[in-house]
Amino acid sequence: MEILIQTLVAGVLLGGVYALVSVGLNLLFGVVRVINFAHGEFVMIGMYIAFWLWAGLGLDPYVSLLIVAPAMFLLGVIFQRGIIQPIQGTSANMKIFVTVGISIILQNLALFLWGGQHRTVSTSYSTSVFNLGGVTISVGRLIAFIGALVLVAALFYIMNRTMTGTVLRAIAEDGPTAVLVGIPVKKFYFVATGISVMLAGVAGVMLTPFTSASPMFGFHMTLIAFIVVVIGGMGSMVGSLVGGVLLGAIETLAGTYISPALQQAVLFAIFIIVVLVRPQGLFGKGAGTEEVGLK
Amino acid sequence: MLKVEGLAAFYGESQALENVSFELPDNGVTALLGANAAGKTTTLRVVSGVLPARRGTVTFNGVNITKATPEERVRLGIVHVPEGRRLFGTLSVEENLLLGGYSKRKDGNSKERLDRIYSMLPKLAERRTQLAGTLSGGEQQMCAVGRGLMSEPTVLMIDEMSLGLAPVIVSQMFSFVKEIAARGVSVLLVEQQVQHALQAADRATIIDRGVTTHSGTSEEIRNDPKVREAYLGV
Repeated sequence: MEILIQTLVAGVLLGGVYALVSVGLNLLFGVVRVINFAHGEFVMIGMYIAFWLWAGLGLDPYVSLLIVAPAMFLLGVIFQRGIIQPIQGTSANMKIFVTVGISIILQNLALFLWGGQHRTVSTSYSTSVFNLGGVTISVGRLIAFIGALVLVAALFYIMNRTMTGTVLRAIAEDGPTAVLVGIPVKKFYFVATGISVMLAGVAGVMLTPFTSASPMFGFHMTLIAFIVVVIGGMGSMVGSLVGGVLLGAIETLAGTYISPALQQAVLFAIFIIVVLVRPQGLFGKGAGTEEVGLK
Repeated sequence: MLKVEGLAAFYGESQALENVSFELPDNGVTALLGANAAGKTTTLRVVSGVLPARRGTVTFNGVNITKATPEERVRLGIVHVPEGRRLFGTLSVEENLLLGGYSKRKDGNSKERLDRIYSMLPKLAERRTQLAGTLSGGEQQMCAVGRGLMSEPTVLMIDEMSLGLAPVIVSQMFSFVKEIAARGVSVLLVEQQVQHALQAADRATIIDRGVTTHSGTSEEIRNDPKVREAYLGV
Protein backbone atom coordinates (compact mmCIF):
# COMPACT_ATOMS: atom_id res chain seq x y z
CA MET A 1 0.00 0.00 0.00
CA GLU A 2 2.78 2.38 0.91
CA ILE A 3 4.53 1.62 -2.36
CA LEU A 4 1.31 2.21 -4.26
CA ILE A 5 0.80 5.65 -2.72
CA GLN A 6 4.45 6.51 -3.19
CA THR A 7 4.27 5.48 -6.85
CA LEU A 8 1.02 7.34 -7.45
CA VAL A 9 2.38 10.56 -5.96
CA ALA A 10 5.52 10.35 -8.10
CA GLY A 11 3.39 9.62 -11.15
CA VAL A 12 0.97 12.49 -10.61
CA LEU A 13 3.84 14.93 -10.01
CA LEU A 14 5.44 13.85 -13.30
CA GLY A 15 2.04 13.98 -14.98
CA GLY A 16 1.77 17.70 -14.21
CA VAL A 17 4.79 18.33 -16.44
CA TYR A 18 3.33 16.05 -19.12
CA ALA A 19 0.16 18.15 -18.98
CA LEU A 20 2.16 21.34 -19.50
CA VAL A 21 3.96 19.87 -22.52
CA SER A 22 0.67 18.52 -23.89
CA VAL A 23 -1.42 21.70 -23.63
CA GLY A 24 1.21 23.37 -25.79
CA LEU A 25 1.03 20.64 -28.42
CA ASN A 26 -2.75 20.83 -28.27
CA LEU A 27 -2.81 24.62 -28.63
CA LEU A 28 -0.62 24.46 -31.74
CA PHE A 29 -2.78 21.72 -33.18
CA GLY A 30 -6.08 23.39 -32.32
CA VAL A 31 -5.26 26.82 -33.70
CA VAL A 32 -2.66 26.18 -36.40
CA ARG A 33 -3.89 22.68 -37.37
CA VAL A 34 -0.45 21.09 -37.39
CA ILE A 35 0.55 18.20 -35.15
CA ASN A 36 4.07 19.20 -34.27
CA PHE A 37 6.16 16.04 -33.93
CA ALA A 38 9.15 18.22 -33.05
CA HIS A 39 7.36 19.48 -29.91
CA GLY A 40 9.45 17.33 -27.56
CA GLU A 41 12.65 18.71 -29.06
CA PHE A 42 11.68 22.12 -27.71
CA VAL A 43 11.50 20.55 -24.25
CA MET A 44 14.99 19.17 -24.88
CA ILE A 45 16.27 22.56 -26.06
CA GLY A 46 14.83 24.20 -22.93
CA MET A 47 16.69 21.66 -20.81
CA TYR A 48 20.00 22.30 -22.58
CA ILE A 49 19.67 26.07 -22.30
CA ALA A 50 19.02 25.69 -18.56
CA PHE A 51 21.96 23.31 -18.27
CA TRP A 52 24.42 25.61 -20.05
CA LEU A 53 23.25 28.66 -18.15
CA TRP A 54 23.83 26.70 -14.96
CA ALA A 55 27.16 25.18 -16.05
CA GLY A 56 28.48 28.37 -17.63
CA LEU A 57 27.08 31.15 -15.50
CA GLY A 58 26.01 29.27 -12.40
CA LEU A 59 22.42 30.35 -12.98
CA ASP A 60 19.80 28.45 -11.02
CA PRO A 61 17.38 26.71 -13.45
CA TYR A 62 14.38 28.57 -12.02
CA VAL A 63 16.17 31.89 -12.51
CA SER A 64 17.08 30.89 -16.06
CA LEU A 65 13.34 30.71 -16.83
CA LEU A 66 13.50 34.50 -17.21
CA ILE A 67 15.79 33.96 -20.21
CA VAL A 68 14.43 30.65 -21.48
CA ALA A 69 10.76 31.67 -21.65
CA PRO A 70 11.18 34.70 -23.96
CA ALA A 71 13.93 32.94 -25.96
CA MET A 72 11.67 29.96 -26.59
CA PHE A 73 8.74 32.20 -27.53
CA LEU A 74 10.99 33.84 -30.11
CA LEU A 75 12.13 30.43 -31.36
CA GLY A 76 8.46 29.52 -31.73
CA VAL A 77 7.82 32.62 -33.82
CA ILE A 78 10.77 31.75 -36.08
CA PHE A 79 9.56 28.14 -36.27
CA GLN A 80 6.09 29.34 -37.29
CA ARG A 81 7.45 31.62 -40.03
CA GLY A 82 10.09 29.25 -41.38
CA ILE A 83 8.58 25.79 -41.04
CA ILE A 84 4.90 25.76 -40.09
CA GLN A 85 3.52 28.57 -42.25
CA PRO A 86 4.73 27.01 -45.53
CA ILE A 87 3.13 23.64 -44.70
CA GLN A 88 -0.17 24.89 -43.25
CA GLY A 89 -2.10 24.50 -46.47
CA THR A 90 -0.65 21.09 -47.32
CA SER A 91 -1.82 17.53 -46.63
CA ALA A 92 -1.71 15.81 -43.24
CA ASN A 93 1.07 13.52 -44.50
CA MET A 94 3.20 16.46 -45.55
CA LYS A 95 2.79 18.07 -42.12
CA ILE A 96 3.81 14.84 -40.39
CA PHE A 97 6.87 14.30 -42.62
CA VAL A 98 8.09 17.85 -42.18
CA THR A 99 7.69 18.03 -38.39
CA VAL A 100 9.17 14.54 -37.90
CA GLY A 101 12.04 15.70 -40.11
CA ILE A 102 12.56 18.78 -37.97
CA SER A 103 12.50 16.58 -34.87
CA ILE A 104 15.33 14.41 -36.26
CA ILE A 105 17.32 17.44 -37.39
CA LEU A 106 17.09 19.00 -33.91
CA GLN A 107 18.09 15.72 -32.23
CA ASN A 108 21.13 15.41 -34.53
CA LEU A 109 22.01 19.05 -34.03
CA ALA A 110 21.96 18.57 -30.25
CA LEU A 111 24.12 15.47 -30.58
CA PHE A 112 26.56 17.34 -32.83
CA LEU A 113 26.76 20.46 -30.65
CA TRP A 114 26.61 19.01 -27.15
CA GLY A 115 27.54 15.34 -27.50
CA GLY A 116 25.64 12.26 -26.46
CA GLN A 117 26.42 12.31 -22.74
CA HIS A 118 23.68 13.05 -20.23
CA ARG A 119 23.96 16.55 -18.76
CA THR A 120 22.84 16.87 -15.20
CA VAL A 121 22.19 20.04 -13.26
CA SER A 122 22.91 19.55 -9.59
CA THR A 123 21.46 22.18 -7.32
CA SER A 124 21.22 22.26 -3.55
CA TYR A 125 17.65 21.02 -3.77
CA SER A 126 18.24 18.43 -6.53
CA THR A 127 18.24 15.54 -4.11
CA SER A 128 16.33 17.06 -1.24
CA VAL A 129 13.12 15.39 -0.20
CA PHE A 130 10.59 15.76 2.54
CA ASN A 131 8.31 13.32 4.23
CA LEU A 132 4.56 13.71 4.23
CA GLY A 133 2.73 11.05 6.23
CA GLY A 134 5.16 8.34 5.23
CA VAL A 135 5.33 9.40 1.59
CA THR A 136 8.63 10.77 0.37
CA ILE A 137 8.28 13.77 -1.93
CA SER A 138 11.10 15.24 -3.99
CA VAL A 139 11.27 19.04 -3.71
CA GLY A 140 12.26 19.50 -7.35
CA ARG A 141 9.42 17.33 -8.59
CA LEU A 142 6.91 19.12 -6.41
CA ILE A 143 8.07 22.51 -7.68
CA ALA A 144 7.83 21.25 -11.26
CA PHE A 145 4.31 19.99 -10.63
CA ILE A 146 3.10 23.20 -9.01
CA GLY A 147 4.83 25.35 -11.62
CA ALA A 148 3.25 23.31 -14.41
CA LEU A 149 -0.21 23.61 -12.89
CA VAL A 150 0.19 27.38 -12.44
CA LEU A 151 1.18 27.75 -16.09
CA VAL A 152 -1.66 25.53 -17.31
CA ALA A 153 -4.06 27.61 -15.19
CA ALA A 154 -2.59 30.79 -16.66
CA LEU A 155 -3.13 29.43 -20.17
CA PHE A 156 -6.73 28.52 -19.28
CA TYR A 157 -7.22 32.04 -18.02
CA ILE A 158 -5.79 33.58 -21.20
CA MET A 159 -7.87 31.29 -23.40
CA ASN A 160 -11.15 31.92 -21.60
CA ARG A 161 -10.91 35.42 -20.17
CA THR A 162 -8.93 37.58 -22.58
CA MET A 163 -9.56 38.90 -26.09
CA THR A 164 -6.45 37.06 -27.33
CA GLY A 165 -7.86 33.79 -26.01
CA THR A 166 -11.28 34.46 -27.51
CA VAL A 167 -9.63 35.08 -30.88
CA LEU A 168 -7.54 31.89 -30.58
CA ARG A 169 -10.65 29.83 -29.76
CA ALA A 170 -12.51 31.40 -32.67
CA ILE A 171 -9.68 30.55 -35.07
CA ALA A 172 -9.55 27.00 -33.68
CA GLU A 173 -13.25 26.61 -34.34
CA ASP A 174 -13.51 28.25 -37.75
CA GLY A 175 -10.43 29.91 -39.25
CA PRO A 176 -12.01 31.07 -42.53
CA THR A 177 -14.81 32.88 -40.68
CA ALA A 178 -12.26 34.50 -38.37
CA VAL A 179 -10.60 35.91 -41.50
CA LEU A 180 -13.98 37.12 -42.75
CA VAL A 181 -14.79 39.08 -39.57
CA GLY A 182 -11.49 40.93 -39.92
CA ILE A 183 -9.14 39.08 -37.57
CA PRO A 184 -5.48 39.03 -38.64
CA VAL A 185 -5.36 35.24 -38.34
CA LYS A 186 -1.76 34.87 -39.51
CA LYS A 187 -0.59 37.08 -36.66
CA PHE A 188 -2.36 34.85 -34.16
CA TYR A 189 -0.66 31.77 -35.58
CA PHE A 190 2.56 33.35 -34.34
CA VAL A 191 1.03 33.87 -30.90
CA ALA A 192 -0.17 30.25 -30.70
CA THR A 193 3.08 28.69 -31.88
CA GLY A 194 5.11 31.07 -29.72
CA ILE A 195 3.16 30.11 -26.59
CA SER A 196 3.29 26.41 -27.51
CA VAL A 197 7.07 26.35 -27.94
CA MET A 198 7.58 28.53 -24.88
CA LEU A 199 5.57 26.16 -22.67
CA ALA A 200 7.61 23.19 -23.99
CA GLY A 201 10.89 24.97 -23.19
CA VAL A 202 9.68 26.00 -19.74
CA ALA A 203 8.61 22.41 -19.04
CA GLY A 204 12.14 21.35 -19.99
CA VAL A 205 13.64 23.79 -17.49
CA MET A 206 11.31 22.55 -14.74
CA LEU A 207 12.58 19.00 -15.38
CA THR A 208 16.29 19.80 -15.14
CA PRO A 209 16.70 19.65 -11.33
CA PHE A 210 15.84 15.94 -11.40
CA THR A 211 16.19 14.84 -15.03
CA SER A 212 19.34 14.91 -17.14
CA ALA A 213 19.31 16.41 -20.61
CA SER A 214 20.20 14.27 -23.61
CA PRO A 215 19.65 14.68 -27.36
CA MET A 216 17.05 11.90 -27.48
CA PHE A 217 14.99 13.14 -24.54
CA GLY A 218 12.61 15.10 -26.74
CA PHE A 219 11.52 12.04 -28.68
CA HIS A 220 10.10 10.51 -25.51
CA MET A 221 8.29 13.76 -24.67
CA THR A 222 6.73 14.04 -28.13
CA LEU A 223 5.32 10.54 -27.88
CA ILE A 224 3.97 11.21 -24.40
CA ALA A 225 2.39 14.51 -25.43
CA PHE A 226 0.91 13.00 -28.57
CA ILE A 227 -0.66 10.16 -26.58
CA VAL A 228 -1.95 12.63 -23.99
CA VAL A 229 -3.54 14.86 -26.62
CA VAL A 230 -5.22 11.93 -28.36
CA ILE A 231 -6.43 10.38 -25.11
CA GLY A 232 -7.61 13.70 -23.67
CA GLY A 233 -9.12 14.78 -26.97
CA MET A 234 -7.72 16.99 -29.70
CA GLY A 235 -8.52 20.61 -29.03
CA SER A 236 -9.55 19.99 -25.42
CA MET A 237 -7.33 21.78 -22.93
CA VAL A 238 -9.02 20.11 -19.97
CA GLY A 239 -8.47 16.79 -21.73
CA SER A 240 -4.74 17.49 -21.95
CA LEU A 241 -4.55 18.38 -18.28
CA VAL A 242 -6.40 15.26 -17.13
CA GLY A 243 -4.67 13.09 -19.74
CA GLY A 244 -1.23 14.34 -18.71
CA VAL A 245 -1.74 13.55 -15.05
CA LEU A 246 -3.31 10.21 -15.95
CA LEU A 247 -0.44 9.23 -18.21
CA GLY A 248 2.19 10.22 -15.66
CA ALA A 249 0.46 8.01 -13.11
CA ILE A 250 0.03 5.07 -15.50
CA GLU A 251 3.63 5.25 -16.68
CA THR A 252 5.00 5.26 -13.15
CA LEU A 253 2.64 2.52 -11.98
CA ALA A 254 3.57 0.37 -14.97
CA GLY A 255 7.23 0.91 -14.19
CA THR A 256 6.79 -0.21 -10.59
CA TYR A 257 4.27 -3.01 -10.93
CA ILE A 258 4.93 -4.43 -14.41
CA SER A 259 8.44 -3.61 -15.53
CA PRO A 260 10.38 -0.45 -16.34
CA ALA A 261 11.20 -2.09 -19.66
CA LEU A 262 7.51 -2.17 -20.59
CA GLN A 263 6.54 1.39 -19.57
CA GLN A 264 6.21 2.70 -23.10
CA ALA A 265 4.59 -0.50 -24.35
CA VAL A 266 1.83 -0.04 -21.76
CA LEU A 267 1.30 3.59 -22.78
CA PHE A 268 0.99 2.65 -26.42
CA ALA A 269 -1.32 -0.23 -25.67
CA ILE A 270 -3.64 2.25 -23.93
CA PHE A 271 -3.20 4.69 -26.81
CA ILE A 272 -4.24 2.04 -29.35
CA ILE A 273 -7.27 1.03 -27.29
CA VAL A 274 -8.42 4.65 -26.99
CA VAL A 275 -7.94 5.28 -30.71
CA LEU A 276 -9.99 2.20 -31.56
CA VAL A 277 -12.75 2.62 -28.98
CA ARG A 278 -13.02 6.40 -28.67
CA PRO A 279 -11.04 8.16 -31.41
CA GLN A 280 -12.25 11.59 -30.28
CA GLY A 281 -10.59 11.05 -26.87
CA LEU A 282 -12.06 11.42 -23.40
CA PHE A 283 -12.95 15.12 -23.63
CA GLY A 284 -12.73 15.78 -27.37
CA LYS A 285 -15.58 16.57 -29.70
CA GLY A 286 -13.98 14.73 -32.57
CA ALA A 287 -12.78 17.86 -34.36
CA GLY A 288 -9.48 17.29 -36.07
CA THR A 289 -9.11 13.56 -35.48
CA GLU A 290 -9.58 12.91 -39.18
CA GLU A 291 -6.92 15.45 -40.04
CA VAL A 292 -4.19 13.34 -38.51
CA GLY A 293 -5.65 10.18 -39.95
CA LEU A 294 -7.13 8.80 -36.72
CA LYS A 295 -10.65 8.55 -38.05
CA MET B 1 -19.36 54.49 -52.84
CA LEU B 2 -18.65 50.80 -53.49
CA LYS B 3 -18.11 50.10 -57.15
CA VAL B 4 -17.43 46.73 -58.72
CA GLU B 5 -16.31 46.61 -62.35
CA GLY B 6 -15.78 43.64 -64.64
CA LEU B 7 -15.00 41.11 -61.91
CA ALA B 8 -13.90 37.63 -62.89
CA ALA B 9 -13.03 34.95 -60.35
CA PHE B 10 -12.13 31.27 -60.29
CA TYR B 11 -12.26 28.37 -57.87
CA GLY B 12 -9.18 26.51 -59.03
CA GLU B 13 -9.76 25.96 -62.73
CA SER B 14 -13.50 26.51 -62.75
CA GLN B 15 -14.73 30.00 -63.47
CA ALA B 16 -17.36 31.28 -61.05
CA LEU B 17 -17.57 34.92 -62.16
CA GLU B 18 -17.16 36.16 -65.69
CA ASN B 19 -18.16 39.79 -65.71
CA VAL B 20 -19.75 41.28 -62.62
CA SER B 21 -20.36 45.01 -62.35
CA PHE B 22 -22.57 47.00 -60.01
CA GLU B 23 -22.52 50.01 -57.78
CA LEU B 24 -23.84 50.53 -54.27
CA PRO B 25 -25.27 53.89 -53.21
CA ASP B 26 -24.33 55.53 -49.90
CA ASN B 27 -27.28 54.01 -48.11
CA GLY B 28 -30.39 51.98 -48.72
CA VAL B 29 -30.89 48.32 -49.50
CA THR B 30 -29.64 46.75 -52.70
CA ALA B 31 -30.53 43.18 -53.63
CA LEU B 32 -28.25 40.88 -55.61
CA LEU B 33 -30.52 38.31 -57.18
CA GLY B 34 -30.01 35.24 -59.28
CA ALA B 35 -30.52 31.52 -59.56
CA ASN B 36 -28.57 28.90 -57.67
CA ALA B 37 -24.85 28.92 -58.55
CA ALA B 38 -25.22 32.20 -60.47
CA GLY B 39 -22.27 33.66 -58.58
CA LYS B 40 -23.95 35.64 -55.82
CA THR B 41 -21.91 34.26 -52.91
CA THR B 42 -18.74 34.34 -55.00
CA THR B 43 -19.34 38.02 -55.69
CA LEU B 44 -19.54 38.71 -51.94
CA ARG B 45 -16.38 36.67 -51.35
CA VAL B 46 -14.48 38.74 -53.89
CA VAL B 47 -15.79 42.01 -52.46
CA SER B 48 -14.82 40.97 -48.91
CA GLY B 49 -11.41 39.85 -50.12
CA VAL B 50 -11.42 36.17 -49.17
CA LEU B 51 -11.37 35.16 -52.85
CA PRO B 52 -9.01 37.03 -55.19
CA ALA B 53 -10.33 38.63 -58.37
CA ARG B 54 -8.72 37.32 -61.54
CA ARG B 55 -9.83 40.41 -63.46
CA GLY B 56 -11.73 43.57 -62.68
CA THR B 57 -11.66 46.06 -59.82
CA VAL B 58 -13.34 46.79 -56.53
CA THR B 59 -13.34 50.50 -55.69
CA PHE B 60 -14.38 51.96 -52.36
CA ASN B 61 -14.80 55.72 -52.02
CA GLY B 62 -12.60 56.16 -55.06
CA VAL B 63 -9.81 53.94 -53.76
CA ASN B 64 -8.92 50.72 -55.57
CA ILE B 65 -9.11 47.97 -52.93
CA THR B 66 -8.98 44.96 -55.28
CA LYS B 67 -5.80 43.74 -53.60
CA ALA B 68 -6.65 44.67 -50.01
CA THR B 69 -6.83 41.92 -47.34
CA PRO B 70 -10.17 40.99 -45.72
CA GLU B 71 -8.89 42.57 -42.50
CA GLU B 72 -8.17 45.90 -44.24
CA ARG B 73 -11.60 45.88 -45.87
CA VAL B 74 -13.37 45.30 -42.55
CA ARG B 75 -11.43 48.22 -41.14
CA LEU B 76 -12.60 50.34 -44.08
CA GLY B 77 -16.17 49.36 -43.24
CA ILE B 78 -16.96 46.55 -45.69
CA VAL B 79 -18.47 43.62 -43.82
CA HIS B 80 -19.70 40.26 -45.09
CA VAL B 81 -22.25 38.26 -43.06
CA PRO B 82 -21.81 34.79 -44.54
CA GLU B 83 -24.40 32.27 -45.64
CA GLY B 84 -25.36 29.86 -42.86
CA ARG B 85 -24.46 32.54 -40.22
CA ARG B 86 -21.11 30.83 -39.47
CA LEU B 87 -21.17 31.90 -35.83
CA PHE B 88 -18.48 30.62 -33.50
CA GLY B 89 -20.80 28.07 -31.92
CA THR B 90 -18.59 27.19 -28.95
CA LEU B 91 -18.26 30.86 -28.00
CA SER B 92 -20.85 32.97 -26.21
CA VAL B 93 -23.09 35.46 -27.99
CA GLU B 94 -21.13 38.32 -26.45
CA GLU B 95 -17.78 36.84 -27.50
CA ASN B 96 -19.09 36.51 -31.06
CA LEU B 97 -20.13 40.16 -31.02
CA LEU B 98 -16.79 41.29 -29.57
CA LEU B 99 -14.96 39.39 -32.32
CA GLY B 100 -17.07 41.25 -34.87
CA GLY B 101 -15.72 44.47 -33.37
CA TYR B 102 -12.12 43.25 -33.42
CA SER B 103 -11.00 45.84 -35.98
CA LYS B 104 -12.18 48.64 -33.67
CA ARG B 105 -11.17 47.05 -30.35
CA LYS B 106 -8.56 49.67 -29.55
CA ASP B 107 -10.75 52.77 -29.70
CA GLY B 108 -12.13 52.12 -26.20
CA ASN B 109 -15.78 52.14 -27.31
CA SER B 110 -16.41 48.38 -27.36
CA LYS B 111 -18.81 48.67 -24.45
CA GLU B 112 -20.90 51.36 -26.19
CA ARG B 113 -20.98 49.36 -29.40
CA LEU B 114 -22.14 46.26 -27.53
CA ASP B 115 -24.85 48.25 -25.77
CA ARG B 116 -26.02 49.70 -29.07
CA ILE B 117 -26.32 46.20 -30.60
CA TYR B 118 -28.15 44.97 -27.51
CA SER B 119 -30.61 47.85 -27.66
CA MET B 120 -31.25 47.20 -31.36
CA LEU B 121 -31.53 43.44 -30.85
CA PRO B 122 -32.74 42.94 -27.25
CA LYS B 123 -33.01 39.19 -27.76
CA LEU B 124 -29.21 39.06 -27.94
CA ALA B 125 -28.91 40.87 -24.62
CA GLU B 126 -31.00 38.14 -23.00
CA ARG B 127 -28.74 35.51 -24.52
CA ARG B 128 -25.40 37.27 -24.06
CA THR B 129 -23.73 34.51 -22.02
CA GLN B 130 -25.28 31.62 -23.93
CA LEU B 131 -23.18 29.65 -26.43
CA ALA B 132 -24.01 30.86 -29.94
CA GLY B 133 -24.42 27.28 -31.12
CA THR B 134 -27.42 26.82 -28.82
CA LEU B 135 -29.44 29.75 -30.24
CA SER B 136 -32.51 29.27 -32.44
CA GLY B 137 -32.13 29.90 -36.16
CA GLY B 138 -33.58 33.39 -35.98
CA GLU B 139 -31.46 34.35 -32.98
CA GLN B 140 -28.37 33.01 -34.75
CA GLN B 141 -29.12 35.24 -37.73
CA MET B 142 -29.57 38.23 -35.42
CA CYS B 143 -26.26 37.39 -33.78
CA ALA B 144 -24.55 37.09 -37.17
CA VAL B 145 -25.89 40.47 -38.32
CA GLY B 146 -25.06 41.94 -34.89
CA ARG B 147 -21.50 40.62 -35.19
CA GLY B 148 -21.27 42.30 -38.59
CA LEU B 149 -22.57 45.61 -37.19
CA MET B 150 -19.99 45.59 -34.37
CA SER B 151 -17.32 46.97 -36.69
CA GLU B 152 -19.62 49.88 -37.61
CA PRO B 153 -19.72 49.07 -41.33
CA THR B 154 -20.65 51.45 -44.12
CA VAL B 155 -21.30 48.48 -46.42
CA LEU B 156 -23.02 45.43 -44.94
CA MET B 157 -23.35 42.42 -47.24
CA ILE B 158 -25.71 39.70 -45.98
CA ASP B 159 -25.77 36.33 -47.72
CA GLU B 160 -29.06 34.39 -47.69
CA MET B 161 -30.37 36.05 -44.57
CA SER B 162 -33.82 34.44 -44.82
CA LEU B 163 -32.63 30.89 -45.48
CA GLY B 164 -34.19 28.39 -43.09
CA LEU B 165 -36.08 30.99 -41.05
CA ALA B 166 -39.78 31.07 -40.23
CA PRO B 167 -41.78 33.64 -42.28
CA VAL B 168 -42.45 35.81 -39.21
CA ILE B 169 -38.74 36.01 -38.42
CA VAL B 170 -37.94 36.72 -42.07
CA SER B 171 -40.23 39.76 -42.04
CA GLN B 172 -38.66 40.96 -38.79
CA MET B 173 -35.17 40.59 -40.20
CA PHE B 174 -36.04 42.45 -43.41
CA SER B 175 -37.53 45.36 -41.48
CA PHE B 176 -34.46 45.39 -39.21
CA VAL B 177 -32.23 45.58 -42.26
CA LYS B 178 -34.27 48.49 -43.67
CA GLU B 179 -33.86 50.23 -40.34
CA ILE B 180 -30.08 49.82 -40.48
CA ALA B 181 -30.05 51.06 -44.07
CA ALA B 182 -32.06 54.13 -43.06
CA ARG B 183 -29.31 54.97 -40.56
CA GLY B 184 -26.79 55.37 -43.36
CA VAL B 185 -25.50 51.88 -43.99
CA SER B 186 -25.48 50.55 -47.53
CA VAL B 187 -26.87 47.03 -47.31
CA LEU B 188 -26.34 44.43 -50.02
CA LEU B 189 -28.72 41.50 -49.71
CA VAL B 190 -28.07 38.25 -51.51
CA GLU B 191 -31.34 36.37 -51.71
CA GLN B 192 -33.01 33.51 -53.46
CA GLN B 193 -36.40 34.71 -52.22
CA VAL B 194 -36.66 37.19 -55.07
CA GLN B 195 -40.16 38.55 -54.32
CA HIS B 196 -39.40 39.20 -50.70
CA ALA B 197 -36.05 40.78 -51.44
CA LEU B 198 -37.50 43.11 -54.06
CA GLN B 199 -40.03 44.32 -51.51
CA ALA B 200 -37.31 45.17 -49.03
CA ALA B 201 -34.78 46.56 -51.48
CA ASP B 202 -34.59 49.97 -53.11
CA ARG B 203 -32.44 48.70 -55.95
CA ALA B 204 -31.51 45.34 -57.41
CA THR B 205 -28.92 43.74 -59.64
CA ILE B 206 -29.51 40.46 -61.44
CA ILE B 207 -26.66 38.01 -61.91
CA ASP B 208 -26.80 35.05 -64.27
CA ARG B 209 -24.02 32.48 -64.69
CA GLY B 210 -21.33 34.83 -63.47
CA VAL B 211 -22.52 37.88 -65.44
CA THR B 212 -24.56 40.80 -64.12
CA THR B 213 -27.33 41.34 -66.63
CA HIS B 214 -29.69 43.96 -65.18
CA SER B 215 -29.51 46.73 -62.60
CA GLY B 216 -32.14 49.17 -61.59
CA THR B 217 -34.63 50.24 -58.97
CA SER B 218 -36.73 47.45 -57.52
CA GLU B 219 -39.66 48.84 -59.43
CA GLU B 220 -37.82 48.68 -62.76
CA ILE B 221 -36.53 45.19 -62.07
CA ARG B 222 -39.95 43.97 -61.03
CA ASN B 223 -41.48 45.31 -64.24
CA ASP B 224 -38.75 44.16 -66.61
CA PRO B 225 -40.40 41.52 -68.84
CA LYS B 226 -37.23 39.40 -69.14
CA VAL B 227 -36.67 39.43 -65.41
CA ARG B 228 -40.30 38.61 -64.75
CA GLU B 229 -40.06 35.61 -67.03
CA ALA B 230 -36.75 34.30 -65.75
CA TYR B 231 -36.91 34.97 -62.01
CA LEU B 232 -40.36 35.84 -60.90
CA GLY B 233 -42.13 33.00 -62.64
CA VAL B 234 -44.90 35.17 -64.08
